[in-house]
Amino acid sequence: MAVLVKGAGVAGLAVAHELMVRGIEVTVVDPAPGGLRAASWYAGGMLAPYCERESAEQAVVELGRGAADWWEEALPGSVTRNGTLVLAPARDHKELDRFGARTSGFEMIDEGEIAALEPDLSGRFRKGLHFPSEAHLDPRHALVVLAAKLAACGVCFETDLSAPSDFDWTIECVGRATQDENIRGVRGEMLLLRTPDVALSRPIRLIHPRFPVYIVPRAGQTFMVGATMIESDATGPITARSMMELLNAAYSLHPAFGEAEIVETGTGIRPAYADNLPRVVRNGNAISINGLFRHGFLLAPAMARQAADMIFDERNKAQ
Amino acid sequence: MLTLYGTELHSHLLLGTAQYPSPAILLDAIKASGTGVVTVSLRRETAGGSSGERFWSLIRSSGVRVLPNTAGCHSAKEAVLTAQMARDLFATDWIKLEVIGNHDTLQPDVFALVEAAGILSNEGFKVFPYTTDDLVVAGRLIDAGCEVLMPWCAPIGSAQGPLNLHALRSLRGHFPEVPLIVDAGLGRPSHAATVMELGFDAILLNTAVAKAGDPVAMAGAFAKATEAGYAAFRAGMLEPRDVAVPSTPVIGKAVFG
Repeated sequence: MAVLVKGAGVAGLAVAHELMVRGIEVTVVDPAPGGLRAASWYAGGMLAPYCERESAEQAVVELGRGAADWWEEALPGSVTRNGTLVLAPARDHKELDRFGARTSGFEMIDEGEIAALEPDLSGRFRKGLHFPSEAHLDPRHALVVLAAKLAACGVCFETDLSAPSDFDWTIECVGRATQDENIRGVRGEMLLLRTPDVALSRPIRLIHPRFPVYIVPRAGQTFMVGATMIESDATGPITARSMMELLNAAYSLHPAFGEAEIVETGTGIRPAYADNLPRVVRNGNAISINGLFRHGFLLAPAMARQAADMIFDERNKAQ
Repeated sequence: MLTLYGTELHSHLLLGTAQYPSPAILLDAIKASGTGVVTVSLRRETAGGSSGERFWSLIRSSGVRVLPNTAGCHSAKEAVLTAQMARDLFATDWIKLEVIGNHDTLQPDVFALVEAAGILSNEGFKVFPYTTDDLVVAGRLIDAGCEVLMPWCAPIGSAQGPLNLHALRSLRGHFPEVPLIVDAGLGRPSHAATVMELGFDAILLNTAVAKAGDPVAMAGAFAKATEAGYAAFRAGMLEPRDVAVPSTPVIGKAVFG
């Protein structure tokens, strides 16, 4: 059996991997190799189903629970399981209570415990929420390494397949580029900072009543700061306002970010259905995986499994 | 019945459209609230022209009237420009005028507000000014052409409820004929009932619904409280007394023990 996967973002690569390990012959086609046009290139890479519950539905928790294990199995060593820390400045402590009331899987921690987890934040915050079972990965590293692994295992990568033929199944994972009118784009802007003066071991979410923000540590003393949520699919550069808000948040987490280098700014367009939940939809021998919204790395494994199961269920029926 | 610039509305609740977990939940909340008017922010949602179209068409599908706002504007000039863009984009001359004077409290800059209200009223806009509870400013806004006022009762998104009942009563007392909509600061349904019991014409909500654990259920709860307060004001409430007044007269009772 041969399957064509359209799109080499996180959804496409995850389903290609899921099929490859189940022994299916897979071809991946994407006009921009290396995921360079994918929303996932700009992702935070947090595998944080419990935190996401703050603004997402319970389904996201259920679908995302197994994500860290899936990534670790697919790419050993890529996942850091240090949990998530949710912090708020003193005047917004009530917001921490609100966050806690909407989520589970955390412990309320005090100044001393925050300092024990993140020594560089010692004395800066009095109260926080620690989600110990959450994890994170570097999305760009994961995309590159996953593509390399797939190629090494015989998956064929194409940039142009004008007349696709001889495929038993097609799986469309093209995000915002779909023809599906139910998908809308939600713009997210991010930036990468580099400073030798701050060390963090886990993603930090900083609560602010008007602008929630996260800072994810990456290799080489870089930090991903994101991400805005704007109902728009404009791909233009980050706006001054968004940049200011992201930088302000980083600065309020630690003043040393004021001296950081701005290594990169970026804009990704997240694909979302009206309920912001993902869907795997089958139409004959064509499957579409879309609507992963702001949960690409968290939900791609579950979506990949669902799509692969559809194909195998059909094959079992045929036999 | 609520009449705003000649448009009659059945609900006394207006709903903001920001910060919901998803557009689907927003649409359900609009339905549960029974509102006839939703506000939409022009600035943040449309970076890049027509690009927020999918979101707009979802809101339009709710069938309610759209009141665009100038959220995030910090000067009269900026607010006027935003209002003009909104008129083109949404094909409406209604505009909720916001000019922020303090970044931290999001308090309106009432001087720039009056200036912008005058300019926009002259251009034929139907202006809904987001203002403080200051009586003199309210008068100036009416002089500037506003036929509706939207005083805050507490800072935007603070959920504190009415902080200065005296000022709200005073506004109601001085402008008995002007539709007054409490905008900003409501946190729970009892706050909505309280201001409606003062005789206000409507309330506008966003954060209290959007950030609730269950936004749809909360929209319904606010709708009931708002209509309860509205009906109570019209029904004529008792004023509190210091001494008990038995509901059954004691004298003349047939049997004493």
